[in-house]
Amino acid sequence: MNEKLSRRKLITQGLAATAGLSGLVVAARLARKYGLIPPDWGGLYGAGATLTYAAQRVLTRQSVAREFPRSAISKAPFANGKPPELEAFKRLQAGGFRDWRLEIDGLVAHPGSFSLSDLRSLPARSQITQLTCEEGWCYIAEWIGTPLSHVLETAGILPQAKYVVYYPIDKDSWDSIDMADALHPQTFLAYGFNGGELPVGFGGPLRMRIPRQLGYKSVKYVTRLTVTDSLKSFGKGLGSAAAEDGYSWCAGI
Amino acid sequence: MADSVYVSDLGASSPTSVGAVSGGAVRHTATVRVTHWLATLCFLALLVTGIEIVISHPRFYWGEEGNVNTPALFSIPIPSSRGSVPTGYGYTLPDQNGWSRYLHFQTAWIVVGTGLWYVIFGLVSGHFRRNLVPDGPELSPGALAKALGNHLRFKIAGDDHTYNSLQRLAYLVIVFGAFPLMIWTGLAMSPAVTSAFPFLVNVLGGHQSARTLHFFDTLFVVSFVLVHILMVYRAGFRRRMRAMIMGGPKEDS
Repeated sequence: MNEKLSRRKLITQGLAATAGLSGLVVAARLARKYGLIPPDWGGLYGAGATLTYAAQRVLTRQSVAREFPRSAISKAPFANGKPPELEAFKRLQAGGFRDWRLEIDGLVAHPGSFSLSDLRSLPARSQITQLTCEEGWCYIAEWIGTPLSHVLETAGILPQAKYVVYYPIDKDSWDSIDMADALHPQTFLAYGFNGGELPVGFGGPLRMRIPRQLGYKSVKYVTRLTVTDSLKSFGKGLGSAAAEDGYSWCAGI
Repeated sequence: MADSVYVSDLGASSPTSVGAVSGGAVRHTATVRVTHWLATLCFLALLVTGIEIVISHPRFYWGEEGNVNTPALFSIPIPSSRGSVPTGYGYTLPDQNGWSRYLHFQTAWIVVGTGLWYVIFGLVSGHFRRNLVPDGPELSPGALAKALGNHLRFKIAGDDHTYNSLQRLAYLVIVFGAFPLMIWTGLAMSPAVTSAFPFLVNVLGGHQSARTLHFFDTLFVVSFVLVHILMVYRAGFRRRMRAMIMGGPKEDS
């Protein structure tokens, strides 16, 4: 092979590789700056998960999930899973959930807790949206509750907040969302369902409702919110129990 | 993309019907070969992970809603990876949805990139116009019926230098029909994507219609791939495989 040619080839390829690499570094820095990197960005499937999350953040930051007319509400919604076996839950259920508390802590000016009647005294909203399970099934229901943003404002959310972590009563299926989802008008702490109380099977007395993501982000039996600027210290740092079980943190698709 | 041949492709510089087998000049271009094998790998990954996802809910519906409490349009008589699905089997399979979903969407990104690369190349280089769009006379009902009859009797025309009319049509339907429909119906199942682009799912008739169409489209592509492999086999497996890997049937140096 011609030596001159191979040297030229080497130089061009070297330059191309350098340009490509620095392009990646710049892209990564921009993505970090604009919050386009999900907590489960590492590992074998991190590239795809990051592209998916970044694309959704760029395309859907302001969009609202499809809402349906009352006539579209499912006659046969499916209550997936079983209520918690915990004694504490059964005791609260026996008391009509009068003693149910939602704690809020972390990056808020006034950490504290809300009873269900405290939450009901906040502005109530309703939405008729689809609950879509990652397995493939879905149903449409009316969800009544208070937008999470009202609760966060009431607690005095601090400007450095980046994520809201939320825990169910049994702590197992904790999850988290970024501020775009936390402040989204359709992100509810839901206590009502199809005109009545939220049944236990569907997550009553209090469930997170995030209609732009799949059902597993809409954690049931919520008892605690933690506002944070980093997910690193929560569990394995992947942002959710689901992600630790191998399910993507961002569940928009 | 699924652009492979059992009759040799024509290189960019070649006029039509130049000897491909005996001469070394007519080759699959590098873009056709690389995108073909990338698409092949993606197809396998998407098929395996797609099957895993279907196993978690092997029931299909039409319209907007569908779950185990609603009648199925049809169901696949296989066991499920979730105990909530009534399959008639007394056991559930292990849940593989976590990595399957991660890999499905990561692969979707790769196959969309590959598809765009191939389609832009095909338009710019004239590959589509020259090699895939059938000649007018080939499209007459008589000519098509004759070609189809010959195919069914495995009497494939002796023209070894270019794609025949059925082949051209099949590739066009896959590239411009089945593939975009797959991406469309896939995105139509995403609650995040449809929040920004609701028409994607609304024109299909709903979330469950999108899922069912995604499944039917998969059956169509799988059938295409099976026939494609059969035809490659009939046309000389080793020669065609070498053509799609190395370029031409004979090395040119």
